[in-house]
Order: sequence, then structure tokens, then C-alpha cells
Amino acid sequence: MGLDEIKIGGLGASRRRVEDNRFIRGKGNYIDDIVLPGMLHMEILRSPLAHARIKSIDATKAWAIPGVRLVLTGETMASRNLAWMPTLSYDTQAVLATDKVRFQGQEVACVVADDPYIAKDACEAIVVDYEPLPVIINPQQALAPNAPLIRDDKENQRDNVVFDWVVGDKDGTDKAFAKADVVSKLELHYPRSHPSPMETCGSIADFDRSTSKLTVYMTTQAPHIIRAAVALVAELPEHMIRIVSPDLGGGFGNKVPVYPGYVASILASILLERPVKWIEDKTGNLISTGFARDIYLRGEMALRKDGKILGVRMHTDSDHGAFFSDAQPSKFKIGLMHSAFACYDIPAAHLTARGVYTNKAPGGVAYRCSFRVTEAMFFQERMVQAAADDLGMDQAEFRRINFVRDDDFPHRTPFGFLTDSGQYGKCLDVGLEAIGYQDFLRQKADAAKKGRLLGIGISTMTEPLGAGNSREYDILGIKMFDSAELRVHLTGKAILRTGAKTQGQGHETTWAQIVAHELGIPADDVTVEEGDTDTAPFGMGTYASRSTPVAGAAVAMVSRKIRAKARKLAAHLLEVSEEDIEWELGRFYVRSSPDRGVTIQDCAMAAYTNVPDGLEPGLENNAYYDPPNLTWPFACYIATVEVDPETGVWDVLNMVAVDDCGVRINPMIVEGQIMGGLTEAYAMASMQFITFDSEGNCVGSNYMDYLLPTAWETPGFELHEVVTPCPHHPIGAKGVGECATVGGPAAFVNAVMDALKGTGVRNIDMPLLPDRVYEAITQRHDVSGAPPVKMDDT
Amino acid sequence: MYPSRFQYEAPRSIEEAIALLHKGGGEAKVLAGGQSLVPMLKLRFASPEMLVDINNIPDLDYLRVDSDGTLRIGALCRHADLEKSMVLETHQPTMAAAAPLVSDPIVRNRGTLVGSLCHADPQGDWASVMVAVDGHIVAQGPKGRRSIPVSELMKGPFQTVLAYDELAIEAVVPAPKGVAAGGYLKLERRVGDFATVGVAVAIETTDGSVVRAGIGLTGVGGSTINAKDAASALVGAPLSAASIARAGELAAQAAQPRSDHRGGATYKRHIVSTFVARILNEVAESKGKAA
Amino acid sequence: MSSLYVEVSPEPASDVPVRRVTITVNGEPRTADVEPRLLLAHLLRSGFGLTGTHTGCDTTNCGVCTVLFDGTPIKSCTMLAVQADGHEVLTVEGLAGASELHPIQEAFKDEHGLQCGFCTPGMMLTAKAFLEDNPDPTEDEVRWALSGNMCRCTGYQNIVKSVLAAAEMLRAKAGN
Repeated sequence: MGLDEIKIGGLGASRRRVEDNRFIRGKGNYIDDIVLPGMLHMEILRSPLAHARIKSIDATKAWAIPGVRLVLTGETMASRNLAWMPTLSYDTQAVLATDKVRFQGQEVACVVADDPYIAKDACEAIVVDYEPLPVIINPQQALAPNAPLIRDDKENQRDNVVFDWVVGDKDGTDKAFAKADVVSKLELHYPRSHPSPMETCGSIADFDRSTSKLTVYMTTQAPHIIRAAVALVAELPEHMIRIVSPDLGGGFGNKVPVYPGYVASILASILLERPVKWIEDKTGNLISTGFARDIYLRGEMALRKDGKILGVRMHTDSDHGAFFSDAQPSKFKIGLMHSAFACYDIPAAHLTARGVYTNKAPGGVAYRCSFRVTEAMFFQERMVQAAADDLGMDQAEFRRINFVRDDDFPHRTPFGFLTDSGQYGKCLDVGLEAIGYQDFLRQKADAAKKGRLLGIGISTMTEPLGAGNSREYDILGIKMFDSAELRVHLTGKAILRTGAKTQGQGHETTWAQIVAHELGIPADDVTVEEGDTDTAPFGMGTYASRSTPVAGAAVAMVSRKIRAKARKLAAHLLEVSEEDIEWELGRFYVRSSPDRGVTIQDCAMAAYTNVPDGLEPGLENNAYYDPPNLTWPFACYIATVEVDPETGVWDVLNMVAVDDCGVRINPMIVEGQIMGGLTEAYAMASMQFITFDSEGNCVGSNYMDYLLPTAWETPGFELHEVVTPCPHHPIGAKGVGECATVGGPAAFVNAVMDALKGTGVRNIDMPLLPDRVYEAITQRHDVSGAPPVKMDDT
Repeated sequence: MYPSRFQYEAPRSIEEAIALLHKGGGEAKVLAGGQSLVPMLKLRFASPEMLVDINNIPDLDYLRVDSDGTLRIGALCRHADLEKSMVLETHQPTMAAAAPLVSDPIVRNRGTLVGSLCHADPQGDWASVMVAVDGHIVAQGPKGRRSIPVSELMKGPFQTVLAYDELAIEAVVPAPKGVAAGGYLKLERRVGDFATVGVAVAIETTDGSVVRAGIGLTGVGGSTINAKDAASALVGAPLSAASIARAGELAAQAAQPRSDHRGGATYKRHIVSTFVARILNEVAESKGKAA
Repeated sequence: MSSLYVEVSPEPASDVPVRRVTITVNGEPRTADVEPRLLLAHLLRSGFGLTGTHTGCDTTNCGVCTVLFDGTPIKSCTMLAVQADGHEVLTVEGLAGASELHPIQEAFKDEHGLQCGFCTPGMMLTAKAFLEDNPDPTEDEVRWALSGNMCRCTGYQNIVKSVLAAAEMLRAKAGN
């Protein structure tokens, strides 16, 4: 009899989180909690204008303030060849502006002082003379003939186009449309949003002249990528750079890119030979760091009368702001937008994508999303509902007709991805049953007679999580694999390190559960450490729901390597040959005599005290895992709403989530991820967005205008699960962290649109603010949310 | 996130506070709850030379009803005190309805009604409520005290008629002339959001007939709006479908909303009339039930 | 604190006026000389090294800096340190006893009421004051009471469960 896996905190245990022990005591160690001897403080002066030439910068008064140690401007940076830095998408980004500012909030100067109050005083004392330039805030303006050139710093840039990109089968798609009985069309804008973790970004750079070593404590989800970037940007030897990512107060993709503040704090520390801390304020975070979405989608679907989808055409215009700074796989210019429609059996599809520069903050990809998957799935599910409506079909039935069937895997999606597993119909059934679909349709009809507007929205999707494999996925050429290193100590306790970086997902808890599952070492006996590039193995970090699919797999693989060596030690201890040994959880035993056995702890002891001739002492190893494919979780989200026709205010009545993310390592944590994701979905659907006025002023620059829901508005969620193990992942797990944020918004929007079905309105852009809904109800037209926001006087 | 430097004074008496304000010569700001002022200091939207913190002045945190029914709210009475008070429930239902809708629960523990009035934010909730209930403030300066109706307090966004050396001591709401009823409705996207539109309606009835009415509007103009004509339309008769509709229409006309990211001007006007009607219909309905 | 050695700056003392404040923090009187503009949150964190109180937004919305001020939740980024002179402040570090966790802390761990942990100290302190006022709340009352504290990770559902579970534990304790 092996050990009871749940008791030792193995796979499937809702093990209480290890990291909570410090967080609930206020003993977390976030970036701003770190204090180094002699540390100075840096603040950033940002541009008030969206597009302007810098005529002069006068920092005389700032230098004169007692306590000011350094003022950095673009000129200082340029003298060190640091005024510009490469982005993770083969573009360049200004660290501190030299020639002109290209978005409101762009970094213009930095002050380092004895305390942050003085640094802020000094920032205010810097006088910058700007010459305003015409401002571009959307693709239409960017692509207009004679549009001002935003990136005049780039030698061969003649227009505001970042890229043009095409994927899919044009001829096949054209043929599908030629055969179509009905063509359904939809156009929408997915608004600019911001991941907005509660903790902003920050860094403490500590350059030690005596050792030439640079240590940077930094809010980063991907410390090894940052180390590589710093080595390339600052031209420092990589072994002399140590990046430490401490506890992160949330990330959601916001903490992947390299930001000017990091670079400036590093230069400041090198110049001053003292630690320099930079902690961004909330406005800085919202107006300058990686936003998400801001994309215009247009599509059409070729349909047969019986409900079969024959083909899909899509076009996207994405607004990348002033610099193309997304961290995304280099082969795919519009991320994984072409993962759209993966759960439906569609013969042909074609996508054209164009990216443009505008006078807005750079970013575009990151926000709880595998590289544009959020937009892809939102558009997919909005189109699916529109198509069902156009055909006069039930929206659930329409999905069922078009789903890839359980026995059709592996399945090639219309854009060429290979999905490998799922039970789509079953998930939908579980969801419909939970929400009481037929009952609700009756209630809805009854309510309509009394003038009440009820609606139900469904969103079903499978999405690609866990980049790589390395054949197709790289960032700046670095392949997207991940790693784990396991060291079992003499007494059978262990330390595990990975190249991922937890930000609330609970790696310290769940990675130990995988070790427990593979080796029978109780999870409580395994320390998990991440985030220090001097000790952790190289990895691509945590974002895009890739940790469990990639780093988690590496944890399983390294555990298996340890088990293989332990088997040799067991054979030695039991004095039999390896072939005569069997494994059960936590123990090797002699096949012919099951009572004779040794525990994994016995083997660990032997590795240091009793090693057979010819075997290397010690019990440690590492694994670099290059996944054969992405993982393809499936989700079905269903929301019911009531819309107040008199005010346009809508309330969520019920929300059901059915997630199939394969085998769940820690069900409690998985459910936590889903509920968090659903809340962000609700936020985007109802209130959370960043927009701009016609002068490029950011509306949504603090929490008075950029609204995150509180406990009061956030609906309750009912969660269900279906388990289809991932066929290629060592423990059958699939990614899950972002599913609900990706799939959730369409459920809410579809529900409101369903409530408004009688009006003939096809689309209201998110967020579905009451005034937009009211406009749609009363004016009976689509409502666009694209910037500029209307700020006119009456 | 870091305020500019200022001189900090914490007087122990009203007189001392006024002397300090006088000395400040217009560059001093009064710090009461600080829930609007401190954020403005942090964002450096405000950089006063002196802060006069009145939190150490004793006996300003009262909420009481005089024997004649007059309600008095001291300058240090917090929103949370109003929210928890049973007095409002019976005396001033419009205020009782508004109290839980001011900002968020933590801010309500600290912020004050009088401070909110003096801050004169057109999106502040209390000002329109006080306009509806015909409240005034008592201000004290070097030359003595004076009463200022809340409807005359605001000059514009974040501007009041208070002299630089006057301190608002209390807010006063006269006793209702009959049975007080009313409500406050606020369209906000989440707790703590500024009102897209806020509507305060207070009516007083005697023998079923409206003897006084007040309607104040939040967030639909450069300052709090006193919808006088709308209120007048209700006086002199029992509430009726016609008078309610008329009041809603006139209130919408009184509003001067701007389109912004919270909503379009037309929409905001529509919400004003809708909310006026909703509050009054509920009053009419509950009276019907009571009768 | 040892008085064996105190480093003295060779530069002349700053002419910026400071005030001496004494605040009872987690039951212990703490004294500091502060510039009037120093925010209470910053004094707690940088001055007293109590980094469990976080700072999140600039606009008094997020509530990650919530502490109990004379027993009442306030946002400590929206109070000047000088204003706390003579008052009592409870931070997350003062929530647990010497040997055992507060039931609210236990409940947050048991019910998975936190993920990144950044909002957690403020949430727990708000919950503490709330449950003292209302020991047997409904779910809606909990949601309402927490609506001045934002969380970006959990979706609140487990936070609400944590507070309800803590309420039950506290009631059971009070019953004994």
C-alpha cells in the first residue's frame, strides 16, 4: 500500500496555501517593503501632452533642492546610449524622451533623492518646454492620408503602420462564402483595458562597484527575460546581473515588459553607486505601462441554413500606442488571434491584421491573456451569437451543431492549430443544466409580457495555453520552454526551483503537490523557490497561463529523474537488481516480496551516506521541458441578466462557469483562479476601460475613473467542472489562469444583447455602460465605444 | 502620492482656528475628514501653504435634534455617524437615503458632511441632499457668525462663498413643516464612484398635501443644482401622476449636464427626470399603503 | 533601542519643521519626528517598518492601506501622520496574538480568501471592525462592508466566505 496521496498534499488535494502564512501576517516581501542600506528614491516626470516636440528641459531648480542626488533626462541617457531600448517585439522604445513625446504620461525625466517626497518636489521643479503636435488616438486617424508620422525616429518608417499580417486559407474561405445561404456580419471595438494589479511596478537597482555586480529587485513576471534584456540594453555581462522578483502584488501580464523606470533606476544606481528605489504611482501605472486590447474587429461568417458554419473572415486593426512593446511570440504579429473558432468545426477561415502606432501608451497584449486570445474568443462568441440570431436558431443548439466532436481529436483548427482533447458538448450541457436554461427561457418570455428585459448569454471556447513548443514559440528568439530543478536533501526534504514566477497563483503550494505526486515526499517537506536568477534555472516566466502547462510539466519531469536515480539507490539498499523493483507512492519494494521495501526518504539518506560504487552521490537534478503542443482547456460560461429599460442599468442574475482544464492539481486554487477571472470579465463588460479625448488625454488615469468592481457589484459565481486530461502533459493538466477572463466577457455581453434582441441592435461596445445600453434601446442602433470619448458641452 | 510641504496647525478651539485661517490670508485650507483634500494634496492638485486641522477642536462631532425639531450636524460629524443614526431615519428620510451612498464605507468613517459641503464638488452627494431639505451652514469668521443656505454656498466647481477666514461650524436642517418624505438616488457604476447623476428629493406634507418640496441634483452641472421650479410644481396639492411627471420634466430642464465618459448629456437629463419620478412614486406608494 | 551608537549627520539639520508624534501602534507607544506632509501609511511602513500596511492607489479608492484608527477602519494613505498623534493604530502585524492567529487570519487561509496577498491586510482589518459591530452578518452585509477595499485576484467570493467563516469562529469563541 502506497501513501494516501491527498494526505501528503499530492495531486487533487485542496491543500491550504503555504504562501498565505506570511501574507495573512503582513509579512509578505513586496518590492516596496525592501529597504537596502543607503537606498535613494527615484520619481519620474511624465509628459502632460500626447504628442509634442521637446524644445528644452531646464532642471536647474530641481538640482538646487536639498536632498536631490541626480536628475536624469533623455540627454543623460543618450550619453550612455540608453535613451532608447529594444522592446520584446523587435521595436524600440524611448527610455527618457529626447526628441519628442509620443503619448501622455511618457517618461521625460527622473529625479533621485533622499526620499520620495523630495524626489517628487524636484520633478515638479523641472521646466519642460513643449511644442504641441497633432495627436492620433485611433487607427482611422493613424491611417489617414497625410497623418502625422509618430515614429519619425525610425529610419525606414514612412507611415504609422506597425505591421500587416495575414493567415488562413483565402481561396477556401472565398469558396465557402460563395456557397453560403446566409452571411452574418459583425463589427466591434474591444476597448483599451489595463491589467492594473493592486501593486504597481517598481524596482530597486543596486550596483556594487567593488564586484561589478548589478542586483535588481524588480516587479517582474519573467526575471530571466529581464536579465537577458538588461544584459543586451545595458551591455553588462549576464553573470554580473542578478534579477530578483520578490512577492508580487498581482501581475496579470502588466509585469512582463521592460519599463523605462527599471532602466533609469539601473543607470542611476550605476552613476551614484547606491541602491536606487523606484515605486510607480497608480497614475503612472495606468497611463504608461502595458495596457491591453484596444482593437477593432470586423468579421463575417458564411452559414448554411441548417446552422453549419462554412467559413469565417476576420480583419483586425490593433492600436499599439507609440511603441510596439508587447511581449509576444515573434512569429505571430497579432498574437494568437488566429486561435479564434478553435472549438468549432469550420472548414475555412482567413484573417488579415494590421497594427498601427498612435499617440497612446504602448502595450496591447498583456492582461490575463495568451497573446490576443481574449479578443479572439470575445469576437468568436459575439459572432456566434449574432449568427445564431441571424439564422433564428437557439444559441445553444447552434453551438452544438458546430462543435468539434469528442471523437474528432486531434483536430486541425481553421487557422492551423492542433487541438487534442475536450468534451465540448458535455460542458455545454452541464452549464445549461446548472443555469436552468429552458426554465429561464420561459421566465424571459413571461417577463417580456410585462415589459421586463431578461437575457441569457453563453460563451463557449477552447483556447491555446502554455506556449511553447519551441518550434513555433519564442520571444526575441528565446525559445518558450521552461525548467525545474529539484534537490532532495539527506533527510528526504527537498527544495524545488523553477523558471516561472508566482504572482498569486500559489506556485509555492502547487509545485510541491506535483513533487508529492511523483515522489511521495509530503508537499509540506518541499520548499519552492522562484524569482531569483542567480539560483533559479532559466525559464520564460509566468504569464499566458503557461506555468502549469510548461513549468509544472518540468516539475513532474525532474521528479521522475529523481525517482529513476532513487530506484538505483533502492536496488542497492534492497540488494536486488533494479528490474526486480516496483514503485508505489513514496516507496520502492521487491516485486517478489512486497514487504521488503525502502521509502524515498531512505533512498535520499543513502544518496549521501551509502552510495554504491559507480553511482554519483547526491540526489538532485533539473529538467527543461519543451511541450509538444499547447494545452487546450475548454470553458462554458453562462450569464443571465435583467436590463432596466428605463435607465439601461443591467444586473447579473446568475453566472455559471463550467471549466475543463484537465487534471486539477489543487482544486481550491483552480477555483480561485476562475472566480478571479470571471470578476475581471465582469469588470470589462460593465465598467473597466481606458479611453481618450481628442487631445490624447487619458481618461481612466486613476481609480476614480478606471473602475474596478468591489465586492458589492461583483456577482456570485457557481462553478462546475468537467475533466478531460491533457494527452501530452505529464500529469494531464491544462492551463486555466486566464480562461475566465478570456471567455467571460462574451457571456455578459451576449446576455445583455439577448435581452435587447427585439431592438434589432447587433452590438454595443464594452463596457456596457448604462448610457450605451439606454441609447441602444431607445435609438435602436449599435453603440460604438471607440475613442475619442464624447466630452462636448451641452 | 506625496503632498507638497505645508505648515500644519492643529487648533484646539474655533476661535484659534479662525485666527489661523485669517493669518493664512487665503493660502490656508481647513482639514476636517480629509477624504477629498488629502487625495488632492497627494495628486498635487492642491498645494496650500497651511493646513488648519480642526479635528482636535472639542465638541464639533455632534448630530442632534433641538427641541423644535431642528437638526444640527457638527463640522466633525462623520458620514458613518449619519449612516448609523436612527435620527435621520425618522426626521430626514432624504438624508437617511443618501448617507450609505456617500463614497465607500471606509471613507465614510472619516469624511464629514460639513466638509463635503465646503469642498463644493459638483459631484458631491450631500450638497444636493441639503439643498433638497433646505439646509444651511453656520459659518464663523473674525466678525462673528452667519448662516448661508446650502443652495447659495457654491459659487462654482470647488468654490464657495465662504471667506478665507470663515470656518463652517455646523450644518442645520430646519424641522419639517409636516411629514417628511423623500429619497436619494444615485447612478454610479460601482461603490465609491462619483455620481453619473444623483437626485435628492425631499417633500413635506400636511394632511396629504405637499407644503414644501426641495430637489437637488448631483453631477449634472458646474455645481450642485437647486431645481426650484421642479420642487414648486409639487407644492400646494397632494402628489399626483401629473405633478410627479411635471416635476421630473422641470428637474431635467434645470440640469446642465455635460457629456463625458460617465454618460451623454441627454442621457443624464433623462436619468434626472426618471429618478425624480422614481423617488416621488415610491413616496406616493408608501403613503398610499400607510393610508 | 541601544544607545551605544547613534550616527549623526555632518550636514546641518534640515530647516524643515518637524513635529514629534506619539502613536500607540499595535499596543506599543511609538514616537517619531515627522514632517507634517508625511502620510500615516508612510510612517507606518518606512518609519516603523510595519510593511504589512500597503499603499495601492493615489485616490483613496483601493483600501490596501486600511488600518484601524482608534478601532475604526481608515485609509492610512489619506491621513497625515501628525493627525495620529495621541491615537491608537492597529495594523495587520498586531492582529495575531503571540502564539495564535486571529480567527479572521485563519479563515482567510482556510477559505482561500487571498491570492497575491496585497489587499489582504486591509481586508482583514476592515472585517475585524465590521464583525465587532455585526457578529452575525448576511452575505450581502459582508459585501457591503468590504466595498471600500478592492481585490484584483479573488473575485471576492472567497473573501466573503472567509469573513462569514470568521464570524462563525468568533461567535463560537464568544459563546464559550
